[in-house]
Amino acid sequence: MAIAGTILGRLLKAALTLFAIAVLNFFLIHAAPGDPAAVLAGEAGAADEQMIADLRAQFGLDQPLYVQLYRYVGNILTLDLGYSFRQGAPVLDLILERLPATLILTLTAFWISLLAGVALGVAASARVGKFTDSLITGTALLFYATPLYWAALMAVLVFSVQLGWLPGFGYETVGSGYGGFDRAIDILKHLILPALTLGLFFMAVYMRMTRASMLEVAQQDFVKTARAKGLAPSVIRRRHILRNALLPVVTLAGLQAGQLVGGAVLTETVFAWPGIGRLMFESLAARDYNTILGVFLVSALMVIIFNIITDIVYRLIDPRIGQKA
Amino acid sequence: MKHLKMTTFLVAAMLATGAAAQQDGGRLDLIVQPEPPGLMLGLVQNGPTQMVAGQIYEGLLRYNTDLEPQPSLAKSWEIAEDGMTYTFHLNEGVTWHDGAPFSSADVVFTTKFLQDNHARFRAAFSHVESVEAPDANTVVIKMKEPYGPFINAFEAGSMPIVPAHIYEGTDYATNEMNATPIGTGPYKFVEWSKGSYIHLTKNEDYYIDGLPHIDDLYYRVVPDAASRAVAFETGEVSVLPGGAVENWDVKRLTEMDGVCSTSQGWEFFAPHAWMWLNNREGPTSDKRFRQAVMYALDREFVKDVVWNGFGTVPTGPVSSKTNFYTDDVPQYPHDPDKAKELLAEMGYDGTPVRVLPLPYGETWQRWAEAVKQNLEEVGIKVDIDSADVAGWNEKTANWDYDMAFTYLYQYGDPALGVARNYTADQIKKGSPWNNVEGYENPELDKKWAAAAIEPDNAKRQEMYTEIQQQIVEDVPVAWLLEIEFPTIYRCNVKNLITTGIGLNDGLRDAWIEQ
Repeated sequence: MAIAGTILGRLLKAALTLFAIAVLNFFLIHAAPGDPAAVLAGEAGAADEQMIADLRAQFGLDQPLYVQLYRYVGNILTLDLGYSFRQGAPVLDLILERLPATLILTLTAFWISLLAGVALGVAASARVGKFTDSLITGTALLFYATPLYWAALMAVLVFSVQLGWLPGFGYETVGSGYGGFDRAIDILKHLILPALTLGLFFMAVYMRMTRASMLEVAQQDFVKTARAKGLAPSVIRRRHILRNALLPVVTLAGLQAGQLVGGAVLTETVFAWPGIGRLMFESLAARDYNTILGVFLVSALMVIIFNIITDIVYRLIDPRIGQKA
Repeated sequence: MKHLKMTTFLVAAMLATGAAAQQDGGRLDLIVQPEPPGLMLGLVQNGPTQMVAGQIYEGLLRYNTDLEPQPSLAKSWEIAEDGMTYTFHLNEGVTWHDGAPFSSADVVFTTKFLQDNHARFRAAFSHVESVEAPDANTVVIKMKEPYGPFINAFEAGSMPIVPAHIYEGTDYATNEMNATPIGTGPYKFVEWSKGSYIHLTKNEDYYIDGLPHIDDLYYRVVPDAASRAVAFETGEVSVLPGGAVENWDVKRLTEMDGVCSTSQGWEFFAPHAWMWLNNREGPTSDKRFRQAVMYALDREFVKDVVWNGFGTVPTGPVSSKTNFYTDDVPQYPHDPDKAKELLAEMGYDGTPVRVLPLPYGETWQRWAEAVKQNLEEVGIKVDIDSADVAGWNEKTANWDYDMAFTYLYQYGDPALGVARNYTADQIKKGSPWNNVEGYENPELDKKWAAAAIEPDNAKRQEMYTEIQQQIVEDVPVAWLLEIEFPTIYRCNVKNLITTGIGLNDGLRDAWIEQ
């Protein structure tokens, strides 16, 4: 019951937040210099006033800003993300076309970083101060401090150019004619480098957080009690320490999950991964207003959804949360 | 690296002896950068679109690397002696990719279609009185006045022939067929996986027997320059079009075994780089300051270091590759002392100038830094003012700069690609492709206008020589470089570049040695 009530309240707030974000985005994007007509005309290498005026009229940019805002808001209220005049397709289609690639990449990176990070954190905390601990924390610090694009390029140079083990870029082998299982394996091969590159940073963060949190919880009285009543150390670690130590990790995972849609621009660019991040970045450079606003809206929606999910997970891990005292 | 001239010579020799057995088949992977916004060449004319769609659509003519017209959809043509009538005889038995027959009616329709959608076409066709199709395979264009450069306006980028049966009576911009373009060209559209690749396949019904040779073309989208270099190194792609990798990677890649490169295939465009110097206000409004800038710049250094030796230092507004070029103009060698003298003479007070680089990657950023250093050596204060592409458009189109980098195509003739930057009627806010610097010289305006419609080429040359001499004296803009974008490719790809627009229509004749 409590959960259902919370979710309902959250959904109401979410709708309002989303609306505010949409309007704010609209003004932000129109505040940037240049407009899509000028960019398109610019790229043609030759343009006259008629061309730019024609394009503006076609895009509806010749209307006053409030009319454009009114139309935009009307559109999103009817769940219509509009039309990308630059790409000649509805924005929703463009996003849906790119969404699977991004989700495969970011979800893989998410689970790799979360599972490996927590596991390493637990391992390091169990052998605190020993060699294993130093090795894990040292490696994590390295991952944490390495710029993403550099790590990506190095990974390509080593594993793709030098060793030739894995493809250096792309989503699948182009024109291979693979289907079914072969295709899945092919995509998986292409996925390894970008997913690891994207996942390493967060893995380091989860590892450090889990380790610190484990050590802190281990000092608490209920752990001493558990030990005093003779529970096995592994059981204590799993059921008493880890479960309590996970809460800050879940908070962070919620934040990372919010970036599942838009947060992989760099990785997608270096690895030529045909995802949403690139769509957003390229649309931004082209001032393709409708597409950017569409991607922003979908990203905002994801953040809100994952905030709600995070809240639910809190309750599952720690039933005390949300109960009236 | 095999040198270009050598390769060209060999190909020419092989063709001459008829010894070359051209092999059919294979697949070719090329880079396209950035991803084109669309492939309907009549609606979108940016560089990447031309590169891919130039295999799908065709013009009436093609141009060789000396910019002489060659047959394409038109198998022959005549220009009346007074320059007032152009008659094109079309190839027979040509079909569109959907099987519909191609005829002169499509050409007539195309002239209407492009009037609405193609700025460069609109300008060229402002000299045209009427377009008629006396029969299914003949098109007659009557002019309002003789216009010499007109014969240069018929390649696939300038006038792509579009299918009347698909577009007539529809709203062109939202026609669903824009997503699956139908042309007459040697390759047909198959699939576009957004963000990954565009797949074209051989047109089995192409009207020239035996062409094209290659079965499948894959244009690969790889957004990062370093990754594009890797894609070529690992053999994932075989062709890097000009500008696909940063300049410092060019040397490394061309030195690999089995890799060829050529700077041919850009003659029609002849990209000419300069800095607009704002003629309206600030120190750059003083002619002595602008001349000082020319003396201060070490343009040879930039060519050798920033551009790795590719390109030519220009003498003035017309590229040495474009028709009616002359080098008989005042010269501006690197001479810092002369620059300082000129600055002292005008009493330059140290007002800083804002330099706006082109946001096209690292090379351009470094170029701006080299310019800053050169200018500071002679005492000019410089602020580099950076922007992204849209911001650059906005600033230049609204004249909000002191010095701004740009480069423009010349399209083979000064009247098509050069005049637009220097005549007063081209001073119009809102577009970055005209007289952005604000140069006004009414006497020269008359000469530009007269030269464009002069039927006698010898007289045209005389007029353009006078124009070039005067403009170079005035320095409305600082000419920096005739850019060369080397195309890098695996040597087993043969006959890749045969025309003045290079890769844009070159795959018709290309073949792969197995």
